[in-house]
Amino acid sequence: MEGTATIEGDEGERRPWKQMDDRRRRHLSHESTSLFCSLALLLSIRFAAAKGFARQRQPTTENHVPSNFTNFPQKMASRIAQIRLVSSHPQVYEPCDDSFALVDALLADRKKLLDHRPTICMEVGSGSGYVITSLALILQEIKTAYYFATDINLHAVRVTHETLEAHGVHAELLTTNIAAGLEKRLAGLVDVMVVNPPYVPTPEEEVGGDGIAAAWAGGENGRSVIDKILPIADNLLSEKGWLYMLFLAANDPLQICLQMREKGYAAKIIVQRATEEESLHVIKFWRDSDIRMEGNEAVTIAKNRGWEFLLSQLSRLSFRR
Amino acid sequence: MRLLTHNMLSSNIKGVINGFPLLIQAERVVEKQVDFNPDFLKNMFSKIDWKALADASKTMGYDELPDEVPDPSVLDSQEFLQKFHHALLELHLEEGALVCPETGRRFPVNKGIPNMLLHEDEV
Repeated sequence: MEGTATIEGDEGERRPWKQMDDRRRRHLSHESTSLFCSLALLLSIRFAAAKGFARQRQPTTENHVPSNFTNFPQKMASRIAQIRLVSSHPQVYEPCDDSFALVDALLADRKKLLDHRPTICMEVGSGSGYVITSLALILQEIKTAYYFATDINLHAVRVTHETLEAHGVHAELLTTNIAAGLEKRLAGLVDVMVVNPPYVPTPEEEVGGDGIAAAWAGGENGRSVIDKILPIADNLLSEKGWLYMLFLAANDPLQICLQMREKGYAAKIIVQRATEEESLHVIKFWRDSDIRMEGNEAVTIAKNRGWEFLLSQLSRLSFRR
Repeated sequence: MRLLTHNMLSSNIKGVINGFPLLIQAERVVEKQVDFNPDFLKNMFSKIDWKALADASKTMGYDELPDEVPDPSVLDSQEFLQKFHHALLELHLEEGALVCPETGRRFPVNKGIPNMLLHEDEV
């Protein structure tokens, strides 16, 4: 992973600006008075002034039309949540590029998800409800699916409820930390799990809390909460369970995939997107019996061409190691 | 909160060994009609803790489920499935609380949403 110097340097320089932009409420204290930073500051003030920015950025369409589906008929968009029906609250993170990337991944996998026939689906950290509502709409023809959504933020759970209701779909909601309370009885029952974790690298003390910071503050390398969620997902997922999770390049998704592989999971990048602000990956994990039989020997990696491809994709994008 | 959700919840306060099922304190129960789906019910039957469901539905004012775990052959009975469906999916605890069976700690339920957040000294 040494050969990534150009990307590293480039991304590294732009990152302070990105962090401020992508999760919108980053502290500005470390910024200098350079022209670049002043511009960034202006931008972030615009964010603060323009609540509902995610809505305003798409004035011409009612729906977010996923970029990789732009050639599809317009009705495609009605299968996901409509931005104008997504509820909001000052303390709740609104749908943004990361949310759209995750829903794009679900749309890209729509046919597979329908064939998968999940019984229990779950979103951890549902925020505005945009993603779980979209999932419920994507799978609407499967009458046997049951949805759970959790959030640590009391306001977010309320807003999720309103968004679901506005679209005429239902999910069972819980105010809880990740999946606390469900881990015992729901173990091994979740067929589809979707997570847009707080992935922005921040000082550790910013992680958690009951306000909007919980939506983005990810601690060191943005991994603090991600690393708590992964073993919980492993416990909750059924034998055929799929996990769709969103990562920033700074989270070191390659290392995450290797770690999941040790637990017997295969991985695939479903959506990879470099926005102006950040480099996003939606990665799908599923239990793979071949991997479990092989164990975690490094030599087995070369046997799996798909895995090799994943490694090459990710190593280009990882900052660390 | 539906009773299927109640059936999947337990108290995870530090030191609690079982924590299941949570006792229901019902202040307001609402019934909401849900599409009847026998396949879903047959699928969920083996995953449900029957006694917890039967007791919970009684607390919520619905007395039609047998106390003993029914033989899986009842899944062929439309009448049974209708009752199972009603108890599992159509009874909502809108206001009230879930109570940890070991510590007595109350988890409030407001607007149908249980709050399972623990205090720092409970984690």
